[in-house]
Amino acid sequence: MRTLLRLATAGSVDDGKSTLVGRLLYDSKSVLADQFDAVERVSRDRGLASADLALLTDGLRSEREQGITIDVAYRYFATAERSFILADCPGHVQYTRNTVTGASTADVVVLLVDVRHGIQEQTRRHLAVASLLRVPHVIVVVNKIDLVDFDEATYNRVSDEVLESARSLGLYDVATIPVSALDGDNVVDRSDRTPWYDGPSLLAYLEQLSPVGSPQSEPLRFPVQLVIRPQSAAGEEFRDYRGYAGQIASGLVRVGDAVTVQPSGRTSTVTGIDFAGRELTEAYAPQSVTLRLEDDIDISRGDLIVTSRSVPPVTQDIDGTIAWLAEGSLMPGTKVLLKHGTRTVQAMVKVIGGKLDLDNARLLPADSLGLNDIGHVTLRLAAPIPAEEYIHARGTGAFLLIDAQDGGTLAAGMVGDALLDTKAAVEAIGDTTVLV
Amino acid sequence: MTLTDERRLTQLEWLESEAIHIIREVAAEFERPVLLFSGGKDSVVMLHLAVKAFWPSPVPFPVMHVDTGHNFPEVLAFRDATVERLGLRLEVASVQDYIDDGRLRERSDGTRNQLQTQPLLDGITSHKFDAVFGGGRRDEEKARAKERVFSLRDEFGQWDPRNQRPELWNLYNGKHRPGEHVRVFPLSNWTELDVWQYIGAEDIQLPELYYAHQREVFERDGMLISVSDVSQPREGETVEKRQVRYRTVGDMSCTGAVESDAVTVDDVIVEVAATRLTERGATRADDRASEAAMEDRKKEGYF
Repeated sequence: MRTLLRLATAGSVDDGKSTLVGRLLYDSKSVLADQFDAVERVSRDRGLASADLALLTDGLRSEREQGITIDVAYRYFATAERSFILADCPGHVQYTRNTVTGASTADVVVLLVDVRHGIQEQTRRHLAVASLLRVPHVIVVVNKIDLVDFDEATYNRVSDEVLESARSLGLYDVATIPVSALDGDNVVDRSDRTPWYDGPSLLAYLEQLSPVGSPQSEPLRFPVQLVIRPQSAAGEEFRDYRGYAGQIASGLVRVGDAVTVQPSGRTSTVTGIDFAGRELTEAYAPQSVTLRLEDDIDISRGDLIVTSRSVPPVTQDIDGTIAWLAEGSLMPGTKVLLKHGTRTVQAMVKVIGGKLDLDNARLLPADSLGLNDIGHVTLRLAAPIPAEEYIHARGTGAFLLIDAQDGGTLAAGMVGDALLDTKAAVEAIGDTTVLV
Repeated sequence: MTLTDERRLTQLEWLESEAIHIIREVAAEFERPVLLFSGGKDSVVMLHLAVKAFWPSPVPFPVMHVDTGHNFPEVLAFRDATVERLGLRLEVASVQDYIDDGRLRERSDGTRNQLQTQPLLDGITSHKFDAVFGGGRRDEEKARAKERVFSLRDEFGQWDPRNQRPELWNLYNGKHRPGEHVRVFPLSNWTELDVWQYIGAEDIQLPELYYAHQREVFERDGMLISVSDVSQPREGETVEKRQVRYRTVGDMSCTGAVESDAVTVDDVIVEVAATRLTERGATRADDRASEAAMEDRKKEGYF
């Protein structure tokens, strides 16, 4: 049975991300002949000695013109054990929002660092994003190792620096790998030019990574997308059918389970789990199913069905951490829309609680947040939502801020004090050994 | 045996679940969705997912087809039979009508894929569709790889790849202003192989030309083109009977067949897994025009 792993790349401009991704695709035989021919032809036209693998991923005209990646591109490759969805995220400062986008769905962030330059502002920012968004794993690819003659000491210096910085941001599951994306060292196969490195190649590492989270250890969270009520449209048999359609955000549900509907707090029992005509006895995240309940209670889109054993509190006041992704700035008094699960409510910014200084993971006072800022806000909502801290609930602790006028996406939000929590975690865990 | 912690979706189950979630989000948040349905394999899979998403209710939106007038007759027959079986409403935007009344002019090479954009956009506007499901996949082409699942189009139907909304978690933002619409791609994360494995797993019926059969073809620009009213051999092009199948199904004049012995779904899965050419590179003359052919067409409002 083949499983799926989602990864996102990150790194500064010119760290060789597109080359690494091209190499990963090419060496895992995921690049087909006509794609490679096109790359070779363009490379030749530009007078390059060999095929520029970065051209495999830079798809837009302006990207190829400028030689940089502008937007997230999604790539697909597979090995015998696993399929991978890769979000290739641009490194340019102005495109940090794309790193946030890629990280939001990633199981692992692959962060590139140029071994000659070590940690850059973008490196720290991307580590902070991985930490804030609770990406389960981080792999730091220390690239261009060929340009320092495969020197172990140089690699170790950069690796230590990266791990130190990751720790200060509350990231513990971090590995580093010495790589030459250009030549392919340690990308798919172990390189014999780094005899001092005894870890796996990047691809081997990605194949071995354990999938994260297990449905049984988490409480049921089921955001209702829509109510399925065919009335007379599906024949007599289904005249009284009433089901709640959604994708399980976390946990497991069985027929007979006691459930509570938030925000109303009403309770009932699961009498059926349907999937396209099949009756299931149980279902788990992230399955899309339809639940039937014993009682005919008022449930509609936006409600959250949860296990009655663990009911999240309902509130109209949210303390959250947001990554501001739009032009313009966010100030106290601004009115926005907040989308949480399947519910969208009006929200007003009450307080800007500060913004994150990425150099030392500190909160600085701030009156407003601008493009690429990550900060604290307190929001007042027009209607209550079941708010759960993002650190405990990646599925139901996330929200979007949306411009009420033009509908644009303004910010990625996480319920709770993610920044201070990171600091607390650092203090609590101290010098725990880093997993490599 | 460890049982309780082995609850993991396979990759196909995961993709199916994601697509159903996307389709339901659109049905819940938009006033007038429509699903683009050509009878091609991706749109057939998308429609199959829509049927599963709303069971036991019928699919709550109509389907639309942009008919170039050069479609394979067996695919049109399949389209009509499917729509009939599911009791759906079919809207057809006809390129031929546009040519007949002068709103569009036939191109010198006789191909019509590029001519589909205007009838498509007019169809969206006249029916006031605010969400349009497309079967596009990100693995198809480099410009498509940058496409969002929910992709905003302005009042001219244009795609602005440099100014796309960030798409976070599974929180899709379908807000748009009057006149704008959203293209939605539930199969974004599927590959050609995933589509075929799913067709096999779900026993989904397709037009027969996706499987190997004998056909009169001639070779043009390295592609095998079917002999038909709209695609006749030119001088020097010889007609031969060969065993072929189609990997993609579009305009007869510019969609190439590939030589193949794959007569069953399982054969096709084996063939696709081993292929060394992308499906568009192998079969679409229109995408070979330039490095950015698809990007340019998408910006103008193409699928």
